[in-house]
Amino acid sequence: MLRSRLIQAASSAQRAFSTSQKALAAKQMTVRDALNSALDEELARDDRVFILGEEVAQYDGAYKVSRGLWKKYGDKRVIDTPITEMGFAGIAVGAAMAGLRPVCEFMTWNFSMQAIDHIINSAAKTFYMSAGAVNVPIVFRGPNGAASGVAAQHSQCFAAWYAHCPGLKVISPYDSEDARGLLKAAIRDPDPVVFLENELVYGTAFPVADNVADKDFVVPIGKAKIMRPGKDITLVAHSKAVETSLLAAAELAKKGIEAEVINLRSIRPLDTATIFASVRKTHHLVTVENGWPQHGVGAEICARIMEDQTFFELDAPVWRCAGVDVPMPYAKTLELHALPRVQDVVEATLKVLGGKVGKAVAAAK
Amino acid sequence: MSFLRKSVHLLGAVARRQQPLKVIRGAIPTAARDFSSEPPSDYANFPGAKAPFVSELKLIHPEDYAPIPIYRVMDSDGYIADESQDPQLSREVVEKMFRDMVLLNTMDKILYESQRQGRISFYMTNFGEEASHIGSAAALEMRDLIYGQYREAGVLVWRGFRIDQFIDQCYGNVDDLGRGKQMPVHYGSRELNFVTISSPLSTQMPQAVGAAYAMKLRPDNDACVVCYFGEGAASEGDAHAAFNFAATLGCPVILFCRNNGFAISTPSYEQYRGDGIAGRGPMGYGIATIRVDGTDVFAVYNAMKMAREYTLRENKPVVFEALAYRVGHHSTSDDSTAYRPAEEIEVWNSVEHPISKLKRYMVHKGWFDETEETEFIKDVRKKVLKQISVSEKKLKPNWREMFEDVYAEMPDHLIKQQEELEQHIQAHREHYPLKNFKQ
Repeated sequence: MLRSRLIQAASSAQRAFSTSQKALAAKQMTVRDALNSALDEELARDDRVFILGEEVAQYDGAYKVSRGLWKKYGDKRVIDTPITEMGFAGIAVGAAMAGLRPVCEFMTWNFSMQAIDHIINSAAKTFYMSAGAVNVPIVFRGPNGAASGVAAQHSQCFAAWYAHCPGLKVISPYDSEDARGLLKAAIRDPDPVVFLENELVYGTAFPVADNVADKDFVVPIGKAKIMRPGKDITLVAHSKAVETSLLAAAELAKKGIEAEVINLRSIRPLDTATIFASVRKTHHLVTVENGWPQHGVGAEICARIMEDQTFFELDAPVWRCAGVDVPMPYAKTLELHALPRVQDVVEATLKVLGGKVGKAVAAAK
Repeated sequence: MSFLRKSVHLLGAVARRQQPLKVIRGAIPTAARDFSSEPPSDYANFPGAKAPFVSELKLIHPEDYAPIPIYRVMDSDGYIADESQDPQLSREVVEKMFRDMVLLNTMDKILYESQRQGRISFYMTNFGEEASHIGSAAALEMRDLIYGQYREAGVLVWRGFRIDQFIDQCYGNVDDLGRGKQMPVHYGSRELNFVTISSPLSTQMPQAVGAAYAMKLRPDNDACVVCYFGEGAASEGDAHAAFNFAATLGCPVILFCRNNGFAISTPSYEQYRGDGIAGRGPMGYGIATIRVDGTDVFAVYNAMKMAREYTLRENKPVVFEALAYRVGHHSTSDDSTAYRPAEEIEVWNSVEHPISKLKRYMVHKGWFDETEETEFIKDVRKKVLKQISVSEKKLKPNWREMFEDVYAEMPDHLIKQQEELEQHIQAHREHYPLKNFKQ
């Protein structure tokens, strides 16, 4: 029952959101179409690929990501399952072990908790435990992170959870180019991939270059993308926080500050080379994510920098902008304040650049 | 002896007469459950169930259903009750069955002791369940894929996994197919179509169903999946998922429950209240079901043949319950005399033991030679003991392999760590037992 409520909330959120997008580029593609076309082409390209999950077939997917695919590919390639996450995740793992390439949809990643044993203990570890005899080429995908108005149990980011585990690759696309190119790469990858989408941008049309529509367009896993170059400070983000960072960078530009925005795209493997190179140039860093701060993606980036010579390039401590350390509240105003906003990123940047972080921490104590 | 045989025979006959097969059939109107045929016209037509209306108000009780009968071919004395059920296996096949069971039993005893002596970290014996392993494995084809729980070493023995392969795995040395990356008894063999054992209980069940689904999609498929699990494992949520998905997706999988009466210390009467695991099959999940005496190798063999034929013909699953008794402790971390009387164990370790039963059958056939058996056991003991000393002395896998097989392609950070370790070991060679590892 919660699920239908979730879908309604999501669709209203999408309507509200899509108005804010620029519509200047010649070619536009929504994230939903990017994902849908990636699935379609990979189903056509490789007959070992199949989709399974709740509502993915006749209903076209709870968020319509698999729209039209059941009609096109039929019951054997697009499979509706009973409501048992541990069941269809386990089925997918077994099918991958036996040579198929399943794309396993979780209606949202929140429900993947019921199946996490199959993802961590089976999908991620079997290749190692069998000493390379059994690989598990599988994509677990679905919407991740805070939606809109669906409260604590439906609004959280699992990037840090899954990125913790060796054996998994963890991808967090932001725009349509990311979604399309990375999903195709994930389906072709020999390892198990956790693919974390964001439902708030499903309906958003992003401008895309002409080659994005190519059948063989893939984005390499493990490489970040510089969304906006800058020389004064580096903003590192993933998923929807990339948008927050880009908007913050635009605000900062008005103040004469040139922020470089890095879209991580891939959480594991983490493209530290791109981050380090940027920090060596800007000497300042703010990380932006919608997940919680403790042991989060930003925390990992800080640790990696400290383990590297790049640490000595920093002119100020790194600042993490993350979700507030509470379960997501339902009330609209609280929800808004529980996630990093553009002004939070702007303020963090100004503090880092102003060298005031040390003083602020001292004052807090 | 003959009296016993006769009475058992009689009991069998009585049981058969009392078997309310009709009641069971009546309770499962197969035609109505099959969507391809029309239900009787007087049945209600709800989407969730097709059944008749009644005006009598009453609860349906578990006692209203007779228990699912236990198929058996051979009694405790090794006599075949109904000759028509004799699988007529050749002397050669029966001898292989017997020797494989004895080999498993002998190897288990020694490896169990080897854990007690601290030579390996862990072991699990198969005592009392030898017939369900060998009987089922003998009825399958090598192309059929096996998902075990962890107590199915007999299936591997039948398929040709060698003593050195078992022991190398337990000792995690350079010849272990798993390269020392998994606990003892977590065997796996691509060559023998046996998926590497996964420790978390019941995870193999939905995975087996998924593998069966993959097989079903192959053109002209002629292989099925067999998934072994215990009656305790059947309490996990994964078991429900596996049963329900196998039925709804229509998968060629045999869900083989080794009901050995105990989940570590929990007896089956505390594990469930229904009619075992078989009881869940027909009514609960709409799956064809068979229950057999798991200490009778021929019963397991016949039933498995039938189950395999059905699952491939219909692309539908089978629930297979083999009833036995776990004679050994759960694992080397357990002493079962703390929760069950030694006398009870003794009965199952002697007259009711599957090896004793098959032995008596062979005696009647004139296929058994006491000295030959003693020699065979002696020979196996010698081989196992010798192999232990060989496996113990073998080199451990190259330590660089620790970083391998995390991903298909080794990621940069692992390459870097491997290089750092190489440099470190190069610089401090004298502090490391490098001679014990393959270079």
